[in-house]
Amino acid sequence: MIKVLTTLINGLSLGGVYALIALGYTMVYGIAKMLNFAHGDIIMVGSYTILIFFNMIGIPLVGLIASTLISVLVCVVFGIVIERTAYRPLRGASPLAVLITAIGVSYLLQSIAQIVFGTAPRTVILNFMGTITIGALKINVATIVTLAVAIAVMAALTLFVNKTRTGRAMLAVSEDRGAAQLAGVSVNTIIAVTFAIGSALAAIAGAFTVMKTYTVEPTMGAMPGIKAFTAAVIGGIGSIPGAMAGGILLGVIETACDAVPVLSPYKIAIEFALLIIVLLIKPTGILGKKKREKV
Amino acid sequence: MANETTNAMQTATPSYETPQEEYVLKTENLGISFGGLKAAQNVNLRIKKGALYGLIGPNGAGKTTVFNMLTGVYKPTTGKFFLCGEDLTGLDQATINKKGIARTFQNIRLFNNMSVIKNVLIGLANQPEYKCNLVQSIFRTPRYYETENAMRNEAKSILSVFGLLEERNQLAYNLPYGKQRKLEIARAIATRPKLLLLDEPAAGMNPQETEELMETIQFVRKHFNVTVLLIEHDMKLVSGICEELTVLNFGETLAAGETKDVLSRPEVVKAYLGDE
Repeated sequence: MIKVLTTLINGLSLGGVYALIALGYTMVYGIAKMLNFAHGDIIMVGSYTILIFFNMIGIPLVGLIASTLISVLVCVVFGIVIERTAYRPLRGASPLAVLITAIGVSYLLQSIAQIVFGTAPRTVILNFMGTITIGALKINVATIVTLAVAIAVMAALTLFVNKTRTGRAMLAVSEDRGAAQLAGVSVNTIIAVTFAIGSALAAIAGAFTVMKTYTVEPTMGAMPGIKAFTAAVIGGIGSIPGAMAGGILLGVIETACDAVPVLSPYKIAIEFALLIIVLLIKPTGILGKKKREKV
Repeated sequence: MANETTNAMQTATPSYETPQEEYVLKTENLGISFGGLKAAQNVNLRIKKGALYGLIGPNGAGKTTVFNMLTGVYKPTTGKFFLCGEDLTGLDQATINKKGIARTFQNIRLFNNMSVIKNVLIGLANQPEYKCNLVQSIFRTPRYYETENAMRNEAKSILSVFGLLEERNQLAYNLPYGKQRKLEIARAIATRPKLLLLDEPAAGMNPQETEELMETIQFVRKHFNVTVLLIEHDMKLVSGICEELTVLNFGETLAAGETKDVLSRPEVVKAYLGDE
């Protein structure tokens, strides 16, 4: 029983991280109608930023919070610059050209990191948080913090999208870009804001990834990136609640597989099998909306 | 009157400068080609302030193409167009909208999964007096509440003109067809256009709905002080409300002038009904 509960909490926490990353994919897809495969590498950019500033500051808790905030800023700048220089010139180009550019940007970021920081993994000692014990339940504080912050960030994002004018304009652009433009919405600004938000979420996810693994390396963004993308598709790409649900579902399944020794080696295969099953049953994803074509 | 328009059409550039306020929309040899296909060429519209002007022609005549050029969806390959004397040729869609041209679409394009009132708020949010930046919006400063309330009130008054006030919290998707058409006009009006382009507003409507729509268009023109250019196939609507017409055929102007006069010209009848 305790084991189930521990697994569930760990799973929700990991799922929260996937959900944060998946939100970046889903929002960019919904609004800019492109798959930003460089999104995972923003996590890496954020993690290196944390590595640098955490070591520079030197005081554990203050250092972590401060370096995470700096990392959010750095990632926002990266997201906006990448959108401006790599994707905006291709607005209106074929989706395939944009997709290939995104893959190119992904490799570019990884290669730059390899040149600047070397290929070897670096460690950040973020294990100062210890564990918390409630009865027989023993959980890492980092896990709880991750879960709590992920929930708070997702709630804030939901409020932002539904309760601000920028959010309203984002929804309008995702519904019909052309009609939104003709109603006076500056699509370039909205897309830039979307990239900024997505990158900020990736920076936070990067902080949680480092808190869990203590390692930073140039290719670290690839796997969480691809898994979060899977989560976004499972949840229904373009749907914000879908990305949250898909991310959490994937995190719980992964942790559950880890807890069962027989399944553990196959966890990634199981996750992608889940994707295939969901797509077979509901091609638009769990919460995806079917696009209605009117003639 | 008819002669004047015809003359203006034939001269490439008028030899004298027309006073700014006379024409809300003036196009000069506006045209676009897609590869070798000339979808529209030498379109010379002169639309007076407050007019209700019709753009008609058989299918594929280039009517919607003209709308797409006037709203920045397509960049014209030849010619220019002026809104109240200001050259807007080549600007992007959002800028053109801010300058004062709004439109509806042939196949309704609403923000389907947003509420009726939010569809209208999207247009209103870009008005200078309702401007409120992201920080003010996130921290809910007094400025936010002030502008938000004023904006909602205006949205409600626009919706009530179109008889959509009751449905304001429904999803646009759930409105009946005729009301979706009206909401599209309401959303365009919310951007406070000088010139409103309506692309086949009566498409798919029954005679009674069309009748009602004609009244709405005339009321809207007066109430919101807007000039209307509309594309329409429904001749009853065209002859009922349009004061002047331009007829396009194969991308070129076939005739232009006062409605009654234009519709009786043999070349127009021929274009619509074919030879013999």
